[in-house]
Amino acid sequence: MPEYVAIVYSKDVDWSHPDNAAEMAEYGAFNEAAAAVIRGGAALYPTATATTVRVSGGKGGDILSTDGPYAETKEALTGFFILECADLDEAIATAALIPAAWNGAVEVRPVLPIM
Amino acid sequence: MAQLKFALSCQSCEDSSLTTEEPVSPAQAAERAIRADYSRILATLIRMTRDVDLAQDALQEAAVRALQTWPRDGVPDEPRAWLTVVARRCAVDRIRRDKAREGKEAESVWLLEHEPPEPEASVVRDDLLRLVFTCCHPSLSLDAQVALSLRTLGGLSTGEVARALMVPEATMAKRLTRAKQKIQQAHIPYRVPSDAELPGRLPAVLSTVYLIFNEGYAAANGEDAMRANLVDESIRLGRLLHRLMPDEASISGLLSLMLLQDSRRAARVDRDGAVVLLADQDRGLWREDLIREGVELVGEALRRTPEVPDPYAMQAAIAACHAIAADYASTDWDAIISWYDVLLRIQDSPTARLGRAGAITERDGPQAGLVEVDAIAGLDGYPWWHASRAELLMRLGRLDEAQAASQQALSLGLNQAHARFVGRPRAASA
Repeated sequence: MPEYVAIVYSKDVDWSHPDNAAEMAEYGAFNEAAAAVIRGGAALYPTATATTVRVSGGKGGDILSTDGPYAETKEALTGFFILECADLDEAIATAALIPAAWNGAVEVRPVLPIM
Repeated sequence: MAQLKFALSCQSCEDSSLTTEEPVSPAQAAERAIRADYSRILATLIRMTRDVDLAQDALQEAAVRALQTWPRDGVPDEPRAWLTVVARRCAVDRIRRDKAREGKEAESVWLLEHEPPEPEASVVRDDLLRLVFTCCHPSLSLDAQVALSLRTLGGLSTGEVARALMVPEATMAKRLTRAKQKIQQAHIPYRVPSDAELPGRLPAVLSTVYLIFNEGYAAANGEDAMRANLVDESIRLGRLLHRLMPDEASISGLLSLMLLQDSRRAARVDRDGAVVLLADQDRGLWREDLIREGVELVGEALRRTPEVPDPYAMQAAIAACHAIAADYASTDWDAIISWYDVLLRIQDSPTARLGRAGAITERDGPQAGLVEVDAIAGLDGYPWWHASRAELLMRLGRLDEAQAASQQALSLGLNQAHARFVGRPRAASA
């Protein structure tokens, strides 16, 4: 069955903070509800903890790290799930259960199968 | 010979003087026969191969062979079966040649080799519906949905789709490729949606079907004023949708609209293939059976949605007013204007305003009509707006301005069959 990554865009917060306990509980509920199709995933610390890495002048060149995420957006990339679904409709239906779908947005992308 | 056989095989052209009397070269006859069956063969091939590109390539190969042999040997008695058999063989060859394809392809090959060449009507119907809903999947952009539907369901070439949608051919080719890739790579399912999903999925399907109808009806880029095949195809799809979802007012409305417009087919084009305006049409040639069915369907649609009228049903109601008038002079313009008022309330569009202006002209005269037409913003690039102005200015004796407006209409690509009517009553192009 095809795999998809559901990329979670939401407000840029620290999910470990007690203020967000209610929303974390919603994610817990999603994890249970979609357990049959979830193959992996992660919640991420806020974008303030992100480091963007580039190598200048091609492979082996100087490492340039900058503070912050690759793209500054109103909603931030805050996590992802790997889903194994029958087809895009099932992936969309599953993504629609992720709390970010109503508090932000979820991008669903098919995974390129590597032989 | 080929010509005669084509006429017999074209089951959808019962009453059309167009295809039987017009001289058709053997190559043209072959081309038309292929187009007549293109979408249903393709839909079945896609189900079997689960690959839009592969199915299209295989059918294309079959079509090329047909175009090589049919003009010489005549169109076969069963052109659809011929094309189906050849296309399936091509698909099997392609699957076997392509080493990257393994595993589940065995199932495709089995289906391709063992299913009867002429599947049951219900199977074909489901194949087409699946294709409809795949092409109109919400994860595809609307542009892509329309393009893909015209290409696969309408059987138009990429160039024709490009011209119909007024984008460069290279852009259209890229758009189609990207859409097909997404279907393949993101695994957009090839199935009819569940009852719960249907309401959300329907509007895109209907607008696509109506676009196909209009492509055939107005033949935006063609020499002949009607490509009956596309009109038939869209009406057939409309009927399928109506059978599948008989309670959907918008489907009844759309089907009614298409039937009422198509009821005038025989009267709309004269023996020379020239367009005949509504005012001049021989109403004896109108298909009463289609009018009856259309009027019944629009009634159904109106009864189902007393609160929120459906735009297709409104347009069908306008078409019904024309259809039931004994002659042009006794058309109930008051009623038509009222329907336009409702339509504009739920779906304001410049073209609907233009239609209303036409009705105002018929009721209140060219001066009142011109005021209405000039008040519509946003139609500078629309040839019929200039054509309407040309006609009204002509009737008001403002000949220089009329001339200028006609030139505008023509330079914007008014199609040839319609061009000779610039300067004549516009209400009639309906």
